[in-house]
Formats: sequence, structure tokens, C-alpha cells
Amino acid sequence: MNLFRTALILAKKDLYSELKTKQILTTQIIFAGLVIVVFSFAFDPANNTTKAVIPGVIWVIIVFAGILGLNRSFISEQRNETMQGLLVAPMEAASIYLGKFLANFAMMLVVELVSIPFLFLLFDFKFLGSVPYFILVVFLGSFGFIAIGTFLAALAANSKSSEMLLPLLLFPITTPILIGVVQATKIILTNVEKLSSAIAWIQLVTAYDVIFFVVCFLLIDYVLEV
Amino acid sequence: MIEIKKLTKQADNKLILRGVDLSIKKGETVAILGPNGAGKSTLLKVLATLIKPSSGLIKINGLDLKKNHLEIKKLLGYLPHSSLLYDHYSPLENLVFFGNIYGVDDVEQRAIKLVKEVGLSFFLNEPVKNFSRGMIQRIAIARAIIHDPEILLLDEPHTGLDQGAISILNNVILSMKEKGATTLMVTHDFKQAAEICDRIIIVKNGKIVDDFKIENRNLGFVSEKYELQVEGVS
Amino acid sequence: MSMNLEREKAMLPGTPLTSMKSASLSKILFAGTVISMLVSLYFIFIFAAEESTMHAAQKIFYFHVSSAWLAFMAFFVTFVFSILFLIKRKRIFDTYAYVSAEIGVVFTIIVLTTGPIWARSAWNTWWVWEPRLITTLILFFIYIAYIMIRQMDGVWDKKARLSAVFGIIGFADVPIVFFAIRWWQTKFHPIVFGDGPSQQGGGIESSMLVALLVTIAAFTILYAYLLQKGVSFEKMKFKVEQYKEKLREELEK
Repeated sequence: MNLFRTALILAKKDLYSELKTKQILTTQIIFAGLVIVVFSFAFDPANNTTKAVIPGVIWVIIVFAGILGLNRSFISEQRNETMQGLLVAPMEAASIYLGKFLANFAMMLVVELVSIPFLFLLFDFKFLGSVPYFILVVFLGSFGFIAIGTFLAALAANSKSSEMLLPLLLFPITTPILIGVVQATKIILTNVEKLSSAIAWIQLVTAYDVIFFVVCFLLIDYVLEV
Repeated sequence: MIEIKKLTKQADNKLILRGVDLSIKKGETVAILGPNGAGKSTLLKVLATLIKPSSGLIKINGLDLKKNHLEIKKLLGYLPHSSLLYDHYSPLENLVFFGNIYGVDDVEQRAIKLVKEVGLSFFLNEPVKNFSRGMIQRIAIARAIIHDPEILLLDEPHTGLDQGAISILNNVILSMKEKGATTLMVTHDFKQAAEICDRIIIVKNGKIVDDFKIENRNLGFVSEKYELQVEGVS
Repeated sequence: MSMNLEREKAMLPGTPLTSMKSASLSKILFAGTVISMLVSLYFIFIFAAEESTMHAAQKIFYFHVSSAWLAFMAFFVTFVFSILFLIKRKRIFDTYAYVSAEIGVVFTIIVLTTGPIWARSAWNTWWVWEPRLITTLILFFIYIAYIMIRQMDGVWDKKARLSAVFGIIGFADVPIVFFAIRWWQTKFHPIVFGDGPSQQGGGIESSMLVALLVTIAAFTILYAYLLQKGVSFEKMKFKVEQYKEKLREELEK
């Protein structure tokens, strides 16, 4: 399949260039660390009630660190107008979207892999919940967030102030995901007996992921059209 | 090879192209001349599928540009003002990446060969960001021809190049021509136009005002025609 | 010169006729709005029964629900015209989508201001995190973002294309937002009539229902008037641009 082949080449290119410069990933991880530190000022880690805000903090980190990466993903193609190079190449717009999505998603997972254990460690969080479900929720939530985020980043990249525009576009659209994953995370981390309602939330988030991934796939032609 | 009929492009209320009719045969090397803002680059971008025309029909190799854009994109090699290269990648990595996208076989060998052809094999693994303008332009032309395109679209390829780089560029274009490639070149450099092209098109106010063949690298003839059309000297 | 005149005719075919028609349509809509508004005021303040616990404060309910109805309808119109634009690529569809979104935002603001006034007297709090309220708030943010896309620089067809895409995504998001929030917060739920929160447990009094429906009808006519007016403003702007461009061309010759 040409669509996936070119998407993989593009994703590999992005990840390899990230490996070379390490700009975005370092920024994202340091940023995540800073958010954790700021939260430790805001909510006393020694206090037991703080445990209640951990699920929220996890997603605040993912959202804010994620938006840093999303911002760069299309802006970086503006230097030397490499975007034009991709557009004149024989690849579908959907392929560009898929490639960018894969690269962003991979980077997001790395950030999560580093920052979430770090958060648990610093806040001395005793993990009582179900680890597989927790990983599933984080995976699904990041998938949806990055899927729609990559799409809107492509859209916002047309503006001169795209860094400011992207959060304004992205946050309202992703509210269902954010509500769903925060609720699911909260149940899984602190209240495992109610797993069935967590699963209901996971289903909502999955439905959102599927709907918006398909919609983005269909509409990306119009966004990247010249 | 290229058939353009009644092509117009409107951006907001401004008509940039007002009905361009053009037909280019296989193997021709065509220079597009004209004053700034005449719509030369726009014409080239429309052909490169970077701008959608407002109306009109374009056929390349008998394929409609609107419907078969993937097949057509494989035939095109486009070199705009900017280099389309990734700064922190070396020439080799850049060429391999674009070659892979185009699905070139044996891409690494071909990339190395091309870099050698443009005389930069010494810098094969240096990041592009340290290169001078001339070197970047030479890699950029290598990038544009990585997939052996049948049609070359060049937007002012000679600007900012020194004599040596110009002759390398001309050699590349001429060797592509020998292979039977069609070349369209927007330029302000009459000397180079007369040097390598065998047909000249003058564009003014979004229309083709003159279209003639030249022989024997007759620079004087080109300038004369250009002045007649553009500066209104009769 | 004669060439130019011909082009002018070709570019603006039948302009005088359509502008006459739209002028009379605008007058009709304006008259309709004024009359229906007066009628609805009568129904709200004189005909409808006064609510037993909240008294006059309850009257804001009619405006609140009607504005919400109008806003949702406006966003739906934006959604429909966004799809139409992406298919047909006619500038007029984009203009309708844009004007409708603007009207929708204005009325969402009205909803978001009348809501707390209602909430204050009904629930004794300015704001509750209740599904409909949050959905409206999110809706407000989505369409503010939509308008920000319109403010981007660039040629109109790029802006139109991008905002149409966002108009579709944004509207598709609304039901999901609503369900998500509904699941999340199920504390306040005075669903009585399906249309708006009402204090009476079992339903809405028939005189109130009549007043509400009349107000909604009046607001719908108001919407039609505003849409028509806004679109004709946009058309005028466009025409001015066209004439400017033509003038510039003349000067260049």
C-alpha cells in the first residue's frame, strides 16, 4: 500500500530528525518535569488529599507537553518550504497526515513513558489500580488527542500565529476525550471496584477516537489542499 | 506533453493568470520570461500541482491534472526558489528520503551518483545547514531530479549562483534534455535562457504575449523581442 | 474600454435585480421580526402565567431558551453550509456559513449571560457545572476558534476552506461533548420539556408553552433577518473590493 509506505517513510524521517536534533523531545520532557514541580507547589505532595488530583495532573502533563510537539510538527516543514516538497511528491494528503500522526504519537508515548513514572515517584503514589487498564487508557487518550491534534496542527500551520491558534482550536474539540480519560484514570487509579464504569468511559473515548480519526482522514485533503 | 487550455487563476479579486493557452512538446526546453508579477511563477506552480487553477484544463502526458495527480506528480521535478531540503539532514539523507517517497530503486546509489554529478561528493554527509547558497541550489537540483522526471519545472534556477555553479546546473539540465526530458524554466537571466533553451515564452499581465523559437543562442534576438513586448519599445 | 464594460457585465450578472429583491426581502423580514417580537413580548409578559416561586425573574427563561435554540440552529446552518462549500466551492455558501457562525456566537453569549441570571433565582447559584451549560460554553469556545480561523491572513478561499473544515469538525464534536458531560455530571437534571430547565417538576404550564413557542418562532424570524442582513453586508464588502480592484487595473493601464 502506497499510502502506508509513504506514511512510514515520512514518520521515520521525522523521528530520525528528532533523534538528530533532540529538540522537541527534550523540550517536552523538561516541560513535563516542570509541570510536575509546579503541581508539587500547588498541591502539597505530603498531603493525602493530593492523591485525588493525580489523574488530572497526568492528563495536564500529556496535554501541555503534547501541544508543544504538535506545534512543531507542521511548523518544522515550513523551513525551506519542505512542505511543498511533500506536496509535489506523489503521495496522498492522507499519507502526510498519517506519517505526521505516527511520528507525533511515538514521541508522545516516549514523553509519557518518562514523565508518568516520574510523577508517581515524586508524589509517592502507591499504584493500587490495574496496570494494563491504566496503560490502555493512556494509550487511547493519547491516540485521540494526537489524532485530532495533528489534524488541527496542519490546519493551524496556515496561520502566522499558529502556536497561539492551535490550543484554542484543540482544547474545546478534545473536551470529550479529556473528560473521559480523566474519569477513567481516576477510577482505575483510586477506585478499581468500579471498573465497569471505567470501561464505559473507555468505550466513549474509543468511539471518539474512531469517529475523529476517520473524519480527519476524510477532511485532511481539504486542509492540505493548495 | 503539456497541454494548457484557457487557464485562469484568481486570488481574491486579482486575476493572476487570464487565459493561458500553451502546448509544449516532449523534449523541448522552454524559458518563460516576463516582468515581476506577470504570473510566471504562478503558472509554474499550477503545473507543479501546488496551486489549483480557477478554471481551465491542463493535460500532462494525456492525463488530466485534476484526476490523475498522483501519476502526474511522478513525472514532475520541481525546483522553486526555496531549496525544499531539510536543514539538519545531509545531502545524502535528503536525497534518500525524497527518493524513497518517489519509490526510486537503488536510491542510495543514485543519490551518491547525483551528488557527485553536482560536484559535492566531498560534502555527502555534512548537514545542509552549513552550506552556501550555491551548494544548496546544487543539492536542490539534485533533489528535483532524483526520480528521473520527464518534466522539469525550474523557478529561477540561476539566481545567486556563481559561474561554476551555473555551468554545473546547465550541464545537468542539458543531460536531462538528452534523455528526452521536457524543461520549463522561469528566469530573468536572458543569457542563460538563450544558452540552453530552444523556445521562449514571454508572459505579461497573466497572458502569453509572445512565443517563439530561438536558434544559435541568439541573445540579441531575445532581448529585442522582450523589450518589444514588455517595455513597449517599437 | 468596451472590453472592460463587457467584462463588468459578465462579472456582475443581473446585480440590480437581485439587490432589489434582497432589499424587499430584508424589509419583509424586518417587519416580521418587529411584529413577531412584539407579539412574543405580549405572550411572555401578559399572556403566560407567572411562575409561583420565581415570579418575574422566570420570564428570562423564554429569552434564554429561544437564544439557545437560535444559537444551535445557527451553528447547524454553519455546518450545512460548510459541507456545501467544500462540495460546490461557491463563495456564497462560505458567506452564509460565516455570518451564521457570527450570529450563533452572539446568541451563545446571550445564553451564557441569561443562564446565570436564571440559575441565580432558580438554583440560587450563578453557575452550575451542568451538561447543557458546559456544552454551551464549549460550543462558544469552538465557534470563537472558528471565527479566529476566519481572521487569519491569506486569500479568501484558503480561509473559507479551513474554516469549513473546522465548522464540520466542531459541529460533529457537539453531541459527543454533550454526552460526555452528561455522563460526567448527573446532579442537576430538571428535564421536563426537553427544551430547557424548568422549576416545576411535572411539566410546563400550557400558557407558558405557548409563550415559549411564540418566542422561539420570533427568534427564528430574527435569525433569518440577521442572516440575510449579514450576508448582504458581506456581499457589499466583496463588491467594494471588486470595484477597487477594477479601479486599480484601470490605473495601471
